[in-house]
Amino acid sequence: MSTAKAPAGAKKPLQRVEHVAVRFAGDSGDGMQLTGTKFTESTALAGNDLSTLPDFPAEIRAPAGTLAGVSGFQIHFASTDVRTPADQPDVLVAMNPAALRANLGDVRRGGMLIVNSDAFTDKNLERAGYAEDPLPSLRDRYQLVEVPLSRLNFEALQDLSISQRDAGRCKNFFALGLMYWLYSRPLELTLKWIDERFQGEMREANRRVLMAGYHFGETSELFPVSFEVPRAKIEPGVYRNITGNTALAWGVVAASVRMQRPVFLGAYPITPASDVLHELAKHRHFGIKTFQAEDEIAAASSAVGAAFAGMLGMTVTSGPGFLLKQEALNLAVVAELPLVAVDIQRAGPSTGMPTKTEQADLLMAMFGRSSDSPVPVLAPATPGECFTVMLEAFRLAVKYMTPVVVLSDGYLANSAEPWRIPDVDTLPRHGIAFRTDPEGFAPYVRDDETLARPWAIPGTPGLEHRIGGIEKQDVTGNVSYLPDNHQRMTDLRHAKVARIVQEIPPIEPNGADAGRLLVVGWGGTHGAITSAVDDAREDGLDVSSIHLRHLNPFPANLGDVLRRFERVLVAELNAGQLVRVLRAEYLIPAESLSKVQGQPFKVAEIRARIEQLLGA
Amino acid sequence: MAEAIAKLSKKDFESDQEVRWCPGCGDYSVLANVQRVMPELGVPRENFVFVSGIGCSSRFPYYMNTYGFHTIHGRAPAFATGIKLSRPELSVWVITGDGDGLSIGGNHLLHVIRRNVDLQILLFNNRIYGLTKGQFSPTSRLGMKNKSVPMGVIDYPVDPVAFALGAGATFVARTVDVDAQGLQDVLRRAHAHPGTAFVEILQNCPVYNDGEWEAIEDKRTRVEAGLPLEHGQALVFGPKGHRRGIRIEHGVPQLVELRDDEDPIAAGVTVHDEKHEGPAYAFALATLAPPEFPIPVGVLRAVERPSYERLLERQIETAIAARGAGDLRQLLHSGDTWSVEG
Repeated sequence: MSTAKAPAGAKKPLQRVEHVAVRFAGDSGDGMQLTGTKFTESTALAGNDLSTLPDFPAEIRAPAGTLAGVSGFQIHFASTDVRTPADQPDVLVAMNPAALRANLGDVRRGGMLIVNSDAFTDKNLERAGYAEDPLPSLRDRYQLVEVPLSRLNFEALQDLSISQRDAGRCKNFFALGLMYWLYSRPLELTLKWIDERFQGEMREANRRVLMAGYHFGETSELFPVSFEVPRAKIEPGVYRNITGNTALAWGVVAASVRMQRPVFLGAYPITPASDVLHELAKHRHFGIKTFQAEDEIAAASSAVGAAFAGMLGMTVTSGPGFLLKQEALNLAVVAELPLVAVDIQRAGPSTGMPTKTEQADLLMAMFGRSSDSPVPVLAPATPGECFTVMLEAFRLAVKYMTPVVVLSDGYLANSAEPWRIPDVDTLPRHGIAFRTDPEGFAPYVRDDETLARPWAIPGTPGLEHRIGGIEKQDVTGNVSYLPDNHQRMTDLRHAKVARIVQEIPPIEPNGADAGRLLVVGWGGTHGAITSAVDDAREDGLDVSSIHLRHLNPFPANLGDVLRRFERVLVAELNAGQLVRVLRAEYLIPAESLSKVQGQPFKVAEIRARIEQLLGA
Repeated sequence: MAEAIAKLSKKDFESDQEVRWCPGCGDYSVLANVQRVMPELGVPRENFVFVSGIGCSSRFPYYMNTYGFHTIHGRAPAFATGIKLSRPELSVWVITGDGDGLSIGGNHLLHVIRRNVDLQILLFNNRIYGLTKGQFSPTSRLGMKNKSVPMGVIDYPVDPVAFALGAGATFVARTVDVDAQGLQDVLRRAHAHPGTAFVEILQNCPVYNDGEWEAIEDKRTRVEAGLPLEHGQALVFGPKGHRRGIRIEHGVPQLVELRDDEDPIAAGVTVHDEKHEGPAYAFALATLAPPEFPIPVGVLRAVERPSYERLLERQIETAIAARGAGDLRQLLHSGDTWSVEG
């Protein structure tokens, strides 16, 4: 793909910067998520590394102009490695007073505020809770750029016959065009998208407004310079942008293709997991069967039924739904069936904040079922890892005949990063061997290496058998209430999951092997923790980090690694869950850095705690 | 294959597990009749799957020498749906009860029926919770007294057949635990039906609700208490000397007294038609209940509609025909991509 040429006549000076964070903010009906997504695509094409953070309300259309309705999209892009969406945006594009008010506190002092000055009416100021126009007081603290965006938008469209309402809906593209000029992004990808998406006058309107925004930057005296962010040094390959949820869905497709078994997904709509259902529903031509069930319970139950029947059974949900799935998961534990259950965690408890991220379902995943019910737990650390984790989850589920839990989170689900598309032929390939030989068959006879029972599916002559939730007699699988048998089966279920440790590579610290402080993280906090630790090490602080992808069982050497450091700090977006497990498991006085605000960690928050603990 | 199947007998469907229902339980009769019918259905034994929830009747799969899955309370329809959608060639039977199917599992029963997944659902209705020792169920009669309602049930009961019809069932039948012939006929019909076949089995609990269905279970009184349904035949019941018919007009049933030699159709008695497209007629039948009316027994409704798993298979075939079989490389490279050179 070639880079689009800037429209002729660009004369303003070009200033080189290494990294920038931009946040687009407006009403949830203003199209901020779309604007951010388009900017992200063009930024990727411009060769920068990037990370994004969409942040939107749960309400589809909250009252216009209010703080509750503000939707934001932040993108951090650079000529160097980008691991987080950045703590503070350098530029805020605010479409109305509410968007300014909700986001101003995050903007870097001295940063740029681009506001739609037409939206700063008395009524909108009042809706946003401003007693007076805030703009005058901001002029000396920020680079305030007041753009009469609504008026310019309508002027660009005045000779078209589209409705006032449709015309108004184009103005986000004026902002987008302006930002394309400001950061020298190519236009062609978005123009192509407009051509494919719209027809007739709406196509013309969107093209025109995008170009008008671009030309406005070039000609208006409000912008003395534009910026250039050089291409990042990135490993060669073919890339695309990918969000965690898309990566996760494609990981499922990949697992199906590489294991040569069709997938059955039982799911019930829930934020932020529904996109996985949507994505997989598109791929019937892979033989994937998606089933939108009547509730979360049926979604999980149908997937367990599918696993019994020999499919790659899975279910995907978020916290409140994961809670409802625990009884089906518990049955899969006792029935020893391969099932993958994905929980894309969100802020809770109860309904909580559906569109906001959190990591507070770890203890539920590990201990949230009745009685002793061990399951392996995996957690991807980046959007791209959501792809590979699904291959691993299905592989372990089938090899060990166990349900496997994957904990993603709202941040990973919706964030995008450039992803190097893997060579399909290099992806792990694992055939599935169903039991077919009746000789010596019993439903609970076990493999010596894995302790897995055989996967004997209906339709196989001579292997007719019954399983269920009642305690099983070892080997025969018959109903048994004998005391010693229950002890043995409970021990076996634990031992089987514990054996998965043989699949897990030893964990290696980022930084030094030993020292004064080790920061431990898991899941979507990887970028923030690693950035904070790397920065601190550059500044001479004795700190290292590890990031756990396997939460049950842990890597075999985890205890040794933890004990090589004087202090251990566990950073997680919950009230302290992994830290409890590590204290209990390894009897170490691990400390907790907890955050539960529905937002990812900022690098500075982790850095501050590192400095505090090291007395720096 | 057909030959091998033909050789199967009732014994082939008996598992090695000791049956542990209470002596005199109606479940024994149902089990024996199911085992008797299985060999006749032309299905290899390994293709049968029995799925149940929780309750006395849900122990059923352990006693069948087929594939079986004893799942969780109320959820059997969901597990069975997953199995049938995954493997449409399997013959999947759901065993449930009035508590399992209509109380904790009411939601799943509603949805499996409306989707018309090709399953046989046998709901054993004894109007009591047996396994938990005698609490009232959603089908218990108003005023019935037991442990959890010492002053009497004040819940209005649900009728399983009316529930199934309300959910849009394409096949609805009712039969009686001890009526071997009637039960076997209905099981054969249920198996032959392409879609959800819902069968209510009136079943006696000798310990906690003995005699609930006595009038229709007892051969001597059955002719008085039951209304046998046969497609194309008039709705007639009662012994010689006290023949009666049912006339259904505008959804309202009425009793019609008949002389022994009288032509019921000429007398205005309704002719049973299980193939009515709309459910209104079957609903009217479902409202028949003692003491005023006999209990209709047999197939109330049997209409054909494509089953869910067939529609799902068709979508897969259509997608493959339109787009070719899925290509992972193509998927990963779809949309906007860019190359970074070394």
